[in-house]
Amino acid sequence: MNPYITNTPKEIEQMLSSIGVDSIDALFADIKPEHRLKSFDLPQGLSEYEVVRHLTSLSLKNNVHVVPFIGGGFYDHYIPSAVSSLTSRGEFYTAYTPYQPECAQGTLQALFEYQSSMCALTGMDVSNASLYDGGTALYEAMMMAIRITGRNKVIMDGGVSPIYRKILKTYTHHLSYEFQETPVVHGQSSREEIYRLLDNDTAVVILQNPNFFGAIDDLTDIIQKAHSVGALALISVYPISLGLLKTPAQMGADIVTGEGQSLGLPLNFGGPYLGFMCARKKYIRKMPGRIVGETLDSKGQRCFVNTLQAREQHIRREKATSNICTNVSLCALQAAIFMAVVGKNGLTAMAQLNLDKAEYAKQLLSKIKGVEVKRSSPTFNEFTVHLPKDASQVVAAMMKKGFAAGFPLGRYYPGMERYLLVAVTEKRTKEEIDRYAKALQEVLD
Amino acid sequence: MELIFEKSVAGRRGFDFGSSDVPVHGHIDPQYARGAEASLPEVSELDVVRHYTLLSQKNFSIDTHFYPLGSCTMKYNPKFTEGLARLSGFTDLHPLLAQLSGGEQWTQGALQILYELERWMCEMTGFTHFTMQPLAGAHGELTGIMLMAAYHRARGNSKKKYVIIPDSAHGTNPASAAVAGYETISIPSNKDGGMDLEALKAAVNDETAGLMMTVPSTYGVFEGNISEIAMIIHAVDGIMYYDGANLNAVLGRFRPGDIGFDVTHKTFATPHGGGGPGSGPVGVNEKLAKFLPISRVVKKSDGDYALDYNYAQSIGYISSFYGNFGLLVRAYAYILMLGKEGLMDTANHAVLNANYIRKKLEPYYKICFDRICMHESVFSAQIQAQRGAHAIDIAKFLIDQQIHPPTVYFPISVPEAIMIEPTETESKKTMDHFIKIMIEADQLSLNNPSVFKEFPKTMPITRPDEVKAARDIKTSFYTSSSNAA
Repeated sequence: MNPYITNTPKEIEQMLSSIGVDSIDALFADIKPEHRLKSFDLPQGLSEYEVVRHLTSLSLKNNVHVVPFIGGGFYDHYIPSAVSSLTSRGEFYTAYTPYQPECAQGTLQALFEYQSSMCALTGMDVSNASLYDGGTALYEAMMMAIRITGRNKVIMDGGVSPIYRKILKTYTHHLSYEFQETPVVHGQSSREEIYRLLDNDTAVVILQNPNFFGAIDDLTDIIQKAHSVGALALISVYPISLGLLKTPAQMGADIVTGEGQSLGLPLNFGGPYLGFMCARKKYIRKMPGRIVGETLDSKGQRCFVNTLQAREQHIRREKATSNICTNVSLCALQAAIFMAVVGKNGLTAMAQLNLDKAEYAKQLLSKIKGVEVKRSSPTFNEFTVHLPKDASQVVAAMMKKGFAAGFPLGRYYPGMERYLLVAVTEKRTKEEIDRYAKALQEVLD
Repeated sequence: MELIFEKSVAGRRGFDFGSSDVPVHGHIDPQYARGAEASLPEVSELDVVRHYTLLSQKNFSIDTHFYPLGSCTMKYNPKFTEGLARLSGFTDLHPLLAQLSGGEQWTQGALQILYELERWMCEMTGFTHFTMQPLAGAHGELTGIMLMAAYHRARGNSKKKYVIIPDSAHGTNPASAAVAGYETISIPSNKDGGMDLEALKAAVNDETAGLMMTVPSTYGVFEGNISEIAMIIHAVDGIMYYDGANLNAVLGRFRPGDIGFDVTHKTFATPHGGGGPGSGPVGVNEKLAKFLPISRVVKKSDGDYALDYNYAQSIGYISSFYGNFGLLVRAYAYILMLGKEGLMDTANHAVLNANYIRKKLEPYYKICFDRICMHESVFSAQIQAQRGAHAIDIAKFLIDQQIHPPTVYFPISVPEAIMIEPTETESKKTMDHFIKIMIEADQLSLNNPSVFKEFPKTMPITRPDEVKAARDIKTSFYTSSSNAA
């Protein structure tokens, strides 16, 4: 039974008769017997209530009460109730891609506002209407830099998320680009190594701020050096940190990407998330993804449309700037609403709370015997600690005490098995941080 | 309507994060600080709620309007799947939790959903393995082509250069093949809307990496020569890629994996969201399974589910985690509720509805292929265009009649194309109204074609100046418009 099929038996008869066939099966006559399926062994359908009960029980098998001190680019931030209340409106989430602008001004204006807020946040001139997620956005930006410069050497800082670096390698493995990774020294980008590799073949230097270890940096000098040989600078950023930190535009970046999950999207076990991309105005025609632009209607009223579509696959096919067809419109809407509700002052306040709580956690953890909080670089809401034993084992022991204690860096950085990456957002209370420190002390004793 | 930034008042606040409960005040050294605050709006929560509620009302949506939109399957998605996707046991789950020692046990419910959904997708399509990771249909295509490339590379075959694609394909097909490093060859269709076999044979050689094919095609036609096509491609060790965009029409009747396809992508039960987020799971047969992206979800001998990264020939990471999990929960709930019979009903009624519209409009609009269609039919507004009412004009007329226009000017091989896909969730009554309006449009094109240029007249805006948008580029409230030509 499919309760979403609305035609009555009588209507079905009328329709078959209009078509001039006597059964629905007759409509499938084009599928020859040898092409018919060999099996379709799926479960019998259930009632809505049965499905709700089953899924609810599955959701309860997931423990979301483990207190999270994990980040790694994906953060447990508070989402004001107004955000999901508005994105739950059917007029938004069941609308089509706004190819017909006259009946899609709601989506189009919201995306224009999203683009505007992303420009305000990063300081850049232009933003697209979003991409799948932070990792694929970084890949798209790298390809954009390669197209702009016509060069094929990529310098990738080791402080860029190892998850993202793995993604970039997958997409470029079979293409002929030269990929150079530079090490992180004392938590920061190795200027020496980047400068040694930079040359007239370099398309782009890819950096991240704060980097994967949580360290913040002023990347202006690296970007200037990149520009001096005609290379572009691409920075991946954590948007909440921009409540306080120097913007990529202030540092001189050409393209900026990042994971927008922290802008009002739930963690959702990995997605849907929000890839954002901003750039200098002169590169807008080389940008992938949808872009919403302002224009006038035939009566002279301001309105919004998908613009510069000549870059896109539905027009350019194999010559398009990317194969991307969709953005993540609803996620961009969610971020736009989040940035509006939180607002100018709220974002700064939120970022300050993250900083304060992380600094408090650093203070407590550094008092634990055998724990060394790495202090070679300033940090925002995430930092690296050195433990007296394997971080993975410590995390397993902490899990039993109800904490997701952090991300063991040895998983992606061989030789760093005793290092743990700890994130502290505004949602962590003093009491949770105190209990966390106490539990860690017990585990290490 | 004003922008949210134009409603901003200096000093107004919409949200209070509360005061800090820790006895530390962090300080960012000026060298690393941004200085001035980001110019986000300064508005109250009520301002935000009114603003976005009013904006939402400027949209057409499935919840308010009929979308007979060919190729996009804009069907109704049941509300209970939304509620389930918003359970905190799903939304609050950190993806890295599953990768921590001792963390897998706390994500068993989520991993079970991914594992079972993979099994069901395999059974529906006839493939042996699926990855849920691709984040949209086009992302699935790119993943599929990278699997194709990995296959040829593993066999040491460096000759493979071309991917063959019919002219009726979605634009993403050639774009995905190009991004993966292949050149593309377009094959024309024959007069029945099928593939021109002679043209195919002439194009295929040792350099053919594979073929991408949508079945039923974007013409709404089921390709009768699939077996022959698969033989031609496999004879040169090419890979058969099935674009699952139109699988809705043949669920329970046909499985691409049974008749020679090697790889596919397919989405289920995802609301369109105004243009994403999407989801594009990719299925493969045994030939390609070892190349699938990591991680994979496995069931251990003790019945627990786990993430497995240990596949030496995997193409690697294609996204950060395990796919758009929130959408996969919806798909899981949808399939579980409909079950075998309900899914078959889906295809049956999608095809019934499409043929009903085809038959009723045939006397008025030129049909491209005069035969029973699958889930959609393609008309051409050539007759109406000669009178002065082009496909785009008819589309704008429909908007004034509170109907979202069909897909127009696609497939690109059909002049003045109007592509209609009603989906299984629409009723005869809704379709009869649409048919009546389409006949009115035809009559109007005969009697008074000049009025079409004024449509739409009842919307918040009239037709926008798209040329100006692309010439005087303004894409942010903060950046003045500029001529970036």
